[in-house]
Amino acid sequence: MQGYWVILLSFFVAGVLAVLPMPQWLQWVRPEWVALCLIYWVIALPHRVGILTALLLGMGLDILEGAMLGQNAFALVVVALLCLILYQRLRVFSLWQQAGTVFVLVGVNQLVCQWVQNLQGIGAPSLLFLLPAVSSALLWPLVLHLLRELRRQYAVA
Amino acid sequence: MLAILVILGLITADLRYNRLETTRSLLATLGTPVYWVADLPLRLRDWSDKYLHSPLSLAEENERLHRANLILQGRSQQMASLQAENVRLRALLNSSALLRDDVLVAELIGVSPDPVRHQLVINKGLADGVFVGQPLIDADGLMGQIVEVSAISSRALLITDATHSIPVQVNRNGVRAIAEGTGSLGALEIRHVSATTDIELGDLLVTSGLGGRFPEGYPVAVVTEIERDPGRAFARVVARPSAALDRSRHVLLVFSTQDRRGN
Repeated sequence: MQGYWVILLSFFVAGVLAVLPMPQWLQWVRPEWVALCLIYWVIALPHRVGILTALLLGMGLDILEGAMLGQNAFALVVVALLCLILYQRLRVFSLWQQAGTVFVLVGVNQLVCQWVQNLQGIGAPSLLFLLPAVSSALLWPLVLHLLRELRRQYAVA
Repeated sequence: MLAILVILGLITADLRYNRLETTRSLLATLGTPVYWVADLPLRLRDWSDKYLHSPLSLAEENERLHRANLILQGRSQQMASLQAENVRLRALLNSSALLRDDVLVAELIGVSPDPVRHQLVINKGLADGVFVGQPLIDADGLMGQIVEVSAISSRALLITDATHSIPVQVNRNGVRAIAEGTGSLGALEIRHVSATTDIELGDLLVTSGLGGRFPEGYPVAVVTEIERDPGRAFARVVARPSAALDRSRHVLLVFSTQDRRGN
């Protein structure tokens, strides 16, 4: 259980970034910080961070965003599941192959969120809701390096 | 597998039965620190706006406020006598007296990160007597209502959210209508206005007090667009919200006298 607090801290920071006030025109582009963070930790420590973490994290995010309870939980569990299946391949991918996979993973995340929001009757009017997948993929190298440094520094295992 | 079951359970409970109000309220209390931290940069800017000023600009601002205050005082001079007159006249008409509402100043600590949800988080909660359904106004008009209360913060739904509608009346002639949110911050749509209804560009829409949720007489929106298409049963009327929905940092929570009596 070494360095557990580093994981918690990174999720907390991701949560703050997820609700940070942004200018109106950037609203649709906001990267899915929590999903990015989760993807990293699942790939790095699949035996520690998995479905249950994703579930709790998603519920926390639902509360933060004022979304229906279960929306982000559902999306993040699906993402975590895919990561758990793919992590051995993802680890040997090059950076840009990884970014491509992250694009797909966050895209799936957005689709699931959109599906649940449509149940609620407040779906997005256009395909703009997929933009976070693009911005998240572009930010992946940054997140990867940052979290990897953190993990090595504090020997999280 | 278990996780999927839990999620489906949660979604059904929240969507169909609204069973999770108390749970949400509890968890939201735990989530408040995140909003507080996310708000820090803005708070810092506010602080620097407040304290890092040249004496000259302070003096200028002081003078401007003095002038504004003078104008407002001038306007309110007759208020007392007008109010007394209003009470007398209403008594003559046998209608109940209009009482002044109390307000509580609250500060914005967050906005919904999801562009399809128009929600605000404010820094007052159960501890300050905030309740679900409480109207929220700013200096210019009605903003929305409280939909979720935690111990120290609460979440408000704006009138422009696609799931919100509010009973209004035209200030000029009392025509009643329903104003629905459109999901865009700058527009409300007035639904089911027949083509012959007396409603004009620039008309001020105020809360009608019908429905019992919003007190009467708060400005809601100004009509900006009317389209009377003979081919359709209803005219299309669009109005711009009076409140500065995307700019107000300080908001007012309204306690109507009726609420007090009800509690």
